Parts: sequence; structure tokens; C-alpha cells
Amino acid sequence: MFEIVGKKELTHLVWQIEIKAPRIAKKRKAGQFVLLRMNEQGERIPLTIVNSDDEAGTITVIVQEVGKSTSILGGMKVGSSILDVVGPLGMPTHIENYGTVVCVGGGIGTAVTYPIGAALKEAGCKVISIVGSRSKDLLILEDEMRGVSDELHITTDDGSSGHHGFVTDVLGEFIKEGLKIDLVIAVGPIPMMRAVSEVTRPSAINTMVSLNPIMVDGTGMCGACRVTIGGENKFVCVDGPEFDGHLVDFEELVMRNRSYFKEEKMAVEEYTYHEGTRCYDKKGDD
Amino acid sequence: MDPKEIRERMKIPRQPMGEQPPEERVKNFYEVPLGYTPEQAIEEARRCIQCKNPICVGGCPVGIDIPWFIRLIAEGKFVEAARKLKETNGLPAVCGRVCPQEDQCEKVCIIAKKGESVSIGRLEKFAADYEREHGEVTIPVMPNATGKSVAIVGSGPASLAAAGDLIKMGHKVTVFEALHKAGGVLVYGIPEFRLPKKIVDAEVDYLERMGVKIEYNAVVGKLDTIDELLNEGFDAVFVGSGAGLPYFMGLPGENLIGVYSANEFLTRLNLMRAYEFPEYDTPVLNGDNVVVIGGGNTAMDAARTAIRLCPDEVSIVYRRSREELPARVEEVHHAEEEGVNFRLLNNPVRFIGDKEGRLRAVECVKMELGEPDDSGRRRPVVIEGSEFELPCDVAVISIGNGANPLIPQTTPDLKLNKWGNVIVDEETGRANKKGVFAGGDIVRGGSTVILAMGDGRKAAASIDEYLKTGKW
Repeated sequence: MFEIVGKKELTHLVWQIEIKAPRIAKKRKAGQFVLLRMNEQGERIPLTIVNSDDEAGTITVIVQEVGKSTSILGGMKVGSSILDVVGPLGMPTHIENYGTVVCVGGGIGTAVTYPIGAALKEAGCKVISIVGSRSKDLLILEDEMRGVSDELHITTDDGSSGHHGFVTDVLGEFIKEGLKIDLVIAVGPIPMMRAVSEVTRPSAINTMVSLNPIMVDGTGMCGACRVTIGGENKFVCVDGPEFDGHLVDFEELVMRNRSYFKEEKMAVEEYTYHEGTRCYDKKGDD
Repeated sequence: MDPKEIRERMKIPRQPMGEQPPEERVKNFYEVPLGYTPEQAIEEARRCIQCKNPICVGGCPVGIDIPWFIRLIAEGKFVEAARKLKETNGLPAVCGRVCPQEDQCEKVCIIAKKGESVSIGRLEKFAADYEREHGEVTIPVMPNATGKSVAIVGSGPASLAAAGDLIKMGHKVTVFEALHKAGGVLVYGIPEFRLPKKIVDAEVDYLERMGVKIEYNAVVGKLDTIDELLNEGFDAVFVGSGAGLPYFMGLPGENLIGVYSANEFLTRLNLMRAYEFPEYDTPVLNGDNVVVIGGGNTAMDAARTAIRLCPDEVSIVYRRSREELPARVEEVHHAEEEGVNFRLLNNPVRFIGDKEGRLRAVECVKMELGEPDDSGRRRPVVIEGSEFELPCDVAVISIGNGANPLIPQTTPDLKLNKWGNVIVDEETGRANKKGVFAGGDIVRGGSTVILAMGDGRKAAASIDEYLKTGKW
């Protein structure tokens, strides 16, 4: 059992959760993830480790309530326990002093960008961050990103904060201005990662994206998370989760992530029917 | 035994074992064979003529004293029979169900020359079940602690066998399991109707009661590496991490929605209980037409699991003919009884999807058998122009597994063969790295439960020797 020792709502239906998991905290490196199973009937869902505290023996994850399992996790209180947490899984981000790195975070994906940005900064990179969301109140980890960045740019789709538009607008500007970029790290919704990869492709700027397919065991055993990278089949759980954005078959990933669209919808309906509609507007549950 | 008695015994017909009828069992996940009654078991055990030099023992990969345990059953001493079995086989209830006896002990049984062999497997299952169901499982007297400790990677059959032996030798044993449940392929792969999970649970519970410590959610390599385990107080490490990395075929459309590896399909259904969705949260696609590609035991497991989800049709697509099917005859028979359609001498060439990327058909070609290949089996050759579309919405690829990369990735000095399997000394299970042993599918590639257990036992003996002598 893995106790939840801290919880905070970052924005509507997005929770930052601190979990007691000393062994994982000790080993975890930027870019790695854990699989969680909330209860005996639960499925195994992957979440990136955002942060860890070796001394306190805790790891931090960020979860957005989108389906049944994420809603159960979002509804868990401090002091309650998650049945299974396994990790740290996946290959860590390759961290070195690349020079100038642009770290792009879109929506909840910023939860993944942040630890990578922090590690790159620590390694001596110049970190320029671009964080985007649909609107101001959906931005997460703004202060944290500022803390690890030499420059931070905010974009919102509705213009309620920062640049009115997309992260790719700002990135495109940098490239047009002739800024020397050694690496772009982009994590967010698949359309965003694809768009970023298209922006950097003409000038062949190294672009890493972090993929989020459906997983079951997370140790290479099942192949549920297979993706096509440069025409080759790769397993995100053991070969990834980070890949060269210019080689990823994003269309296939989008398609495969919709495999259980009907079942997921049914599960959510059953869940809300049995549990009653939760009052999502209630702030500070814990 | 005098010749007259032998003649009498050889007249006893082989006792049939009751089974759930096919039309019933396809609607449930309960075990298919019902097992012997005590009377049937005694009668079957009496068929054994108690050879002085029993060849059957040599046919058993772990060398069970077969005539002895069968004699105990014939005498009605069922619990004693189970204990006799457990002297050499820690998991008789498992092996009595999943061992290919027809290729091992029963194949060489002397009375098979004149009729049918003694049902050694069914008797093994009977004795082990009797002991468990009558609450007669007792913990052996444990020896004094040696003060040595062994880490075991994975909790499949090789690891469980090694753990059972090592704990009885007085060593401290810690098993590191990546999943949330122990048993490896016994829980994620082999379906409930062939091996009820309560049997695996009982075996694991028995090991724990003897003092084996099992750590779940513990991925060796990602948490502690093998080197760290050796540096942090473990005197030896046994790697039994299995062959967990499914092969795909590299065919167009293989990543369409509805195309599964057998590992994924079976894990969703067995370990995660997707057949109880939505009570259990893990879904599986419920196909109307399911095609399973491959002809091994795992393919039969996948097909028989699929047919219990009430599809219109389940087919096995296999590129060779019936004679070459690698699966056990019994599994093929059960699959056919349950209505699985065998499309032999067919081979898939591509998967075809609809506009949403959901599988709607698999294109196959017809094959014919040509000259024998390196394996001695006749090589299947494509019949030109024989392409046809087989409609299906779920396809399960069951063509085997490669070695799981997690241990090799994080133990760079471990010697591997070109397929990524750990190279060990055949006699001792020793790897090239001091204090490290390995066995089961991580060494063999895809193999059987009993051979994995044999590896585990062999490694346990040489670990014991290494811990006592310190000699490598």
C-alpha cells in the first residue's frame, strides 16, 4: 500500500499528489513514470513522476480526471492508500549539457516537461520554456517552470495570459529569428507534440517528445504500448517514453489511444451512476 | 510383483476423468477437468505395475519418484502421496495440470506398449488437490538458518521452485515480483479454466508460510539492479524473469485497434480479469470474429479464452498442418470440442482496418508443405494467388516471446546469446557473473512450466553449494 501524503488541486480536475514510495523516490530519474492500480478491481495506469524527495521518501504525480481510474485517484484523500505503485519505469531522459534547450509544455504535459527542464537546467543547459494551455486558469506549474528556466513564455489559446495563440507560434518565432536551438523537448497533447515536431523539422532541430500510450504491465511483457518510430515497432514502456518527434507515427498513436473509447465511456457512466455525481467545483477537498 | 498380479492390473482400463461438457464450459471460466474421485484414483493407481527400474522417472524433468507416489494412492494414502510428490516437485497441483505428460513420463510408461499409459498427471493432480482441499498441507520442519540470503528475480515457476528449495535449505529468500501478484505466467498467462488461480495462490501462500518473503511491484533493474542486490547483502541472485517480450510479425496493419499479442490479450483477461468488465476496470475488445495466429499452447489458451467471451467465431490460423501443431494434443482437442475453428495451412500477410483504424479482416494466403527444413518439419510454401480475406475484429498474435530486456539492460556484464537469453552453465545454472544464476524462459526462450521448475531446482542446489563453499 502506498499512502497519499499530500494533495493539491492545480486547476479544475487536475491534482498534484504526493505518494509515499521511498524505494521509487530513491531511484527515480527525470523522464520516468510509475504505474498505479488504485484498488483490487483497478486497471494499471501510467503517470509520469513529476518530482521526488529522497529524504521524505515521496514521489509526486499529476493527474487529470478524464476517466474512471483518474477520477478515483483524483477523489482519494490524504491518508488513504493506493494499492499498487510500480516503478520507476521507462528509460530516464538523457541529460547532458546540450547548450540551448527549448522545453515546451502543453496543458497537463507540463507536469512531464517540468522535471526534465529541471534536470537539464541542473546539467548546465540554457533552458527556454514555453508553457501553453487553453486559458489562464488551466495553466499548471507556472512558478515551478519559471524557477528552472532562463526564460519562460506563456501562451493561451484564448489570450487570457501571455501570448494569444499556440506554443508553436512562439517556437516558430525563435526559429525565424535564427536562435540557435540545440534541443527541443515537447510534452503535451499529441496534436501539440506533432505540431512542434513539424515546426522543428525543416531546420532539423533535435526534438524529443514523451509518449503516453495505453499500457498494461509496463515492463515490456504485453506490447499494448507499441508505437511506430521511423517505421519500427517500439515499446514505449521499455524503449521510451521519449522518442525523436520527427520519427513518431503520431496518427497511429492517436488511433491506438482510442482503442477503448466506448469501454472508457461506459466505465465512467457506471462509475458516476454508482458513486453519484461528484461535486467538482468544491475546492480544497483536503 | 508376481506375473499374475501384473496381468490382472494390466486388465484395468484407463480411468477417464470427468470434464465439464463443452457446451457448458464455453459459458464459464471454471476448470474444465473435474478430477478423479478417490475411488477412480485408487483404480487408476492400481494400473501401475510398480516396475523395478521405472523408466517413467527418467521421463520426468524433475525426477519424481512416480511408482512410489502412485503406490501410496493405490493404498489410499493420498496425503502421503502428495508429500512424496513434494519432495521433488514443489508445485504438484500445477504440474498435474499443465505438464505435457504425454511427451514425458507417460510417453515412456511401460504399460503403454500394450495399451494406454498410467495417467500419471491426473494422479499427481488428484493427490495434490486432495491434500490442499482437506487442509492437510503442513509446513515441513525448517533447518537452522544458514545466515545466507538469496534474491530471486520474478515469481514464475522457475523462481517458485528455486525459492521452495532454498528456504528448505535454511537460506533467507526474497522474491522480487514486478507485477502485483505472484506466479508469473501461471497467473498472467495460463487461463483460469486450465489452472485455477486459487491453486497458484495456495502454492505461493505455502512458500510464504515457510518464510519466503515476496516483494510485489518490485522491478529489479529499475529499483535495485542485480549489482546493487549483491552489494546490499544478498549472497546470490537467481534470475527467473521469464520470456516476457512478445514477438510481432512485422506485417502491415499490425498496430490496428484489435490486434493483440497473446501476452496482452491473456494478461488483460487473466491477471486483470477483463472478462468481468466493468466490475473490473481493465477492458478487452469483445470481438465477433476472433483470429488467433499460431499453433502452440499459448495460442490454444488465447483461442479458448476468446471463445468464452461469446463471439460468433474463433479461428486458429496456423501455417503448417495439424501434425506440426506444437500445442499439446489435449489442448487442441479441448479447443476443437469448444468450437474453435482450425484454419490450417493458412498464413496471414496483412491486417486490414476500417477508417477508424479498427481491424476488420486479415488477409491470408494458403500454404502447402514442401521439403523438410532445419527443424525437420516440412517447410510451408505459399500457394501463389491463394490470397483471401478472413473477416475479424480481434486478432491475437501468438508466435512466441523474446527475452525481457529489463535485466540485460541494467546488468551490462551479463553474458547473453544472440536472442538476448542469459547464457548459463547447463549443469549448475550459473551465469558468467559471480553469484548470479538463471533459469526458466530467460535462459530457454519459450519453454514449459516443468522445465523451468527443473532449472529452478538445479540452480537452488548449486546456489546452496556456492553459499556453503564460497567457490565459484
